[in-house]
Amino acid sequence: MHLAYPAVLSALLFCTGLYGVLARRNAILVLMSVELMLNAVNLNLVAFDVWLSRAAEETLHSGQALTLFTIAIAAAEIGIGLAIVLAVYRNRGTSDIDKLRDTAEGPETEGPDTSAAEKAEATA
Amino acid sequence: MTTTSLAVLVPLLPFLGAAAGLLLGRTAPGFVRPLAVLPALAALVLAALVAVRQGGGPPIVAHTELTPTGSVPIELALDIDGFAALVAVLVAFVASCVQIYSTGYLRDDPRYPSYAALVSLFTSAMLLVVYSGDLIVLLVGWEVMGICSYFLVGHYWETPEARAASLKAFLVTKLGDVPFLIGLFALGTDAGSFQITRVLGAAASGGIDHPTLIALLLLAGVAGKSAQFPLHTWLPDAMAGPTPVSALIHAATMVAAGVYFVARLLPVFEASQAAMVVLAVMAAVTMTGSGLAALAQDDIKRVLAYSTIGQLGYMTGALAVGDRGAAVFHLLSHGAFKALLFLAAGVIIHAAGTNSLAAMSRMSHLRDRVPDAYWTMTVALLALAAIPPFSGFFSKESVLGAAEDVATGHTDHAPGAAGWIVLVAGLLAALLTAAYATRLWLLAFRGKGAEAPDHGRQPLTMTVVLWVLAVPSLAFGGLAYRSLPGWFDGRDLTPTLLTSVLGTGLALVGGLLTYGTWQRTSALAARVPAAPAPSFEWEHLQGEAAAHPEGDASLVEAHALADHEPAYRDLAHAPDPGRLLLGPLYRHAAAGFHLDAVYSVLFVRPVQAGASLVRFLDREVVETYVGGAAALPRLLGAAVRRAQTGNVQTYVSALLAGAVVLTVTVLLVATGA
Amino acid sequence: MSLAAAPHGFLSPTGVEIAFLLVGLVTFGAALVTVTTRQLVHAALWLVVTLGGLAVEYLLLTAEFIAWVQVLIYVGSVVVLLLFGLMLTRAPIGRSPDADSGNRWAALAVALAAAVALVWVVVDAFRTTWMDLSGPAAGSTRVTGESLFQNWVLPFEALSVLLLAALVGAIVLSRKAKAEEASGAPDTAPGTASGTPATPVAATGEKEGAR
Repeated sequence: MHLAYPAVLSALLFCTGLYGVLARRNAILVLMSVELMLNAVNLNLVAFDVWLSRAAEETLHSGQALTLFTIAIAAAEIGIGLAIVLAVYRNRGTSDIDKLRDTAEGPETEGPDTSAAEKAEATA
Repeated sequence: MTTTSLAVLVPLLPFLGAAAGLLLGRTAPGFVRPLAVLPALAALVLAALVAVRQGGGPPIVAHTELTPTGSVPIELALDIDGFAALVAVLVAFVASCVQIYSTGYLRDDPRYPSYAALVSLFTSAMLLVVYSGDLIVLLVGWEVMGICSYFLVGHYWETPEARAASLKAFLVTKLGDVPFLIGLFALGTDAGSFQITRVLGAAASGGIDHPTLIALLLLAGVAGKSAQFPLHTWLPDAMAGPTPVSALIHAATMVAAGVYFVARLLPVFEASQAAMVVLAVMAAVTMTGSGLAALAQDDIKRVLAYSTIGQLGYMTGALAVGDRGAAVFHLLSHGAFKALLFLAAGVIIHAAGTNSLAAMSRMSHLRDRVPDAYWTMTVALLALAAIPPFSGFFSKESVLGAAEDVATGHTDHAPGAAGWIVLVAGLLAALLTAAYATRLWLLAFRGKGAEAPDHGRQPLTMTVVLWVLAVPSLAFGGLAYRSLPGWFDGRDLTPTLLTSVLGTGLALVGGLLTYGTWQRTSALAARVPAAPAPSFEWEHLQGEAAAHPEGDASLVEAHALADHEPAYRDLAHAPDPGRLLLGPLYRHAAAGFHLDAVYSVLFVRPVQAGASLVRFLDREVVETYVGGAAALPRLLGAAVRRAQTGNVQTYVSALLAGAVVLTVTVLLVATGA
Repeated sequence: MSLAAAPHGFLSPTGVEIAFLLVGLVTFGAALVTVTTRQLVHAALWLVVTLGGLAVEYLLLTAEFIAWVQVLIYVGSVVVLLLFGLMLTRAPIGRSPDADSGNRWAALAVALAAAVALVWVVVDAFRTTWMDLSGPAAGSTRVTGESLFQNWVLPFEALSVLLLAALVGAIVLSRKAKAEEASGAPDTAPGTASGTPATPVAATGEKEGAR
């Protein structure tokens, strides 16, 4: 099989995930997109591992081992990420990323929808 | 210890005293007085030792190069000849007297520690100037004195007069110091060295290429420091400082530096006939003008200040006729009696609660309140008026004798014209000096009217110093005029008959004339009762003085300075012989011949106009550009601030877009596309 | 690169390649739907399709162990977790008009640029590279296990520490939330934001612990 197939698929999946991360409003959808990107990388790792294990007599199988590690780390990441999103949601009443703008510069610090009560709760 | 190391210690000890005083002044107030007095006394002893060891023999020269300084070497050099040894003794002597006097005079002053340290530093700087064998090191001492005088004259900085006077003293002397610095560089370049011995050697062998230019440039600095016309205006104003500081500045340190400098480098000045004539004219104008101005002053310290200017005129006159022995002789005797005059004046001001002669003339029995000051001041005034056998007579006669020598063509040190100018002006000044000395004495001690307030006894430290200073005022001249030529360059200092008779006769005439007019005016004043307004002021003033009878002397002086203008404007109608003697000149003389107004027109107003122009340029032109330059960053800042939305996704988008662009660029570059 | 010269053209694909291509198209399409759909729950479900497709691709690449791990962990647990998260944050079930933020056009530009650059580079670099899939599977359980426990033991153990840390982190986050809720409950009238989270975060922690 040509290496170009999995490589191109991986690149396209990665860019799809990238778009999702940048464009989605809901934090959980952003997490899903992150998963997409991780999976694209995994595909890349596996494909190159398969290629190199034959072509270069690479016996360590570092690509597959790394894939396994990535999967484990991704699992941990999704757990922590969801915990954070839930905590944010509980505090702010929303999990929309573009409403979490406490670091904004200038007078428009408060998002248009953020009510005073939520702000007070956030700072408490 | 070798003489050299002793000599090094002389300026070093007061300097260390000053440093220690400044450091310990707040933490250990108990040490301040010993730290002020002891270094000065030790310096006096060491300076005397150095003088004895030098003994008028060949100069003691020692130098060490601290660091290579290029084509013109600057060295830490000592050069002690007879002049230096004796002037150093005078400086240390007066400084010790002033320090001891100050412990009594400023005993309750909260700023005494810094004051004493500055006086020590001042002394140290002057001793450095005296002993230095290198012109640049001399310049260091010279400038340190300038800054010290600024601080000391401004000691009562709460009063606007003191602030203005300190600024004026600093700026006017700086006005002279700038040409002085240029002159020093020119001299050092011409002579190839800053060392005085080599400079003198070059001058002797005709190695100075531009003698007139250099001499005139140096003269500007000398005129500034030694308060010679036309840069003398700071000295009368400097009376706003405490009296001991005036004594120090006038007697030994600052004003003496200029004369001493010229005496040191006289061969350089003698190389230019023009410079000598300029010096003579300067001296003549200074002598006569200051004598006239002194006759018209009401403030006792201003009278003394103008007398200092006049006596310095004598010294520069002696230098103009090429006799530095006479100049330094007069410097020494003048240092003693002028210090005495100022310190006694301080006691009198303390006792009378005023510094106005007119007010004193309405006070009887002032001399009974301060007998020590009365007697010592009498001695000092007699010395000032050059009445034999007081010390001033001998030194002044040596100056006049030297001038006569030159005028009659006995020597060729200086142009004959300079001799005539100095001789005539000196004789005229002798008359004036006697006149204002008599006026001062009569107004201060022979006043009629209400009894002087009793402030109790003066502190012992103050009166003892007066008597110590009275001894050289009385006897120094007569004892020294025979032995001094051995210390100097061997010229005879004995008074000649003709000038003695002329000078003393004129002095007596001046004194008697003043006495006569005083009798007339006081008789007139006795007939006309005092105007009600002044007497009211006078009552107020007595209350003021009585309010702090036990107060610190310097406190009284500060009050007197601050109250002078409002309280005494109308009191000037006292029996003042000066008014009658000067006639229409009185008004101008009282204002110092309006020189300040001239300076104001010549310098102050153009500078202020320039300043307002610069301010306009800065506000309206430069600021516009600066403001304009800020507009673009502000615009960019607004744009960038808008980018800071707080939206993480925007940030990440920008970050990744940048990464993509970078990656593509790198790829294109790497593939050579 | 001895195999690079072998006559394998793109115009005459092998069977594996055709299968890979088809599954890849499905996977990519599902991924596109995942990041563009307006129904949040549908996005999670399409993510399942994508991840499953990827598992098939792993199988086609003879990495069978990873394929099953992919199915177990991603399809089995991560997606479930994500669905839990969607529920707990009260995500709307129907079409939500504001699923995409205002950043989407910038995101599209960046993603397209990145895609063009990446595809161009990858194609340019591996146009002729051929992988030989014949012979024993490169990623059978045996092979993977041997390499993992012979050569990668230390990172493996380190990874277990990381998982432990993640577990502790999740617990800490939920505990803090509980304390906050205890103090903030009387003030917050709605009770919706404060009442529910206690269980979901605990559930997350349990999930982590179970794994």
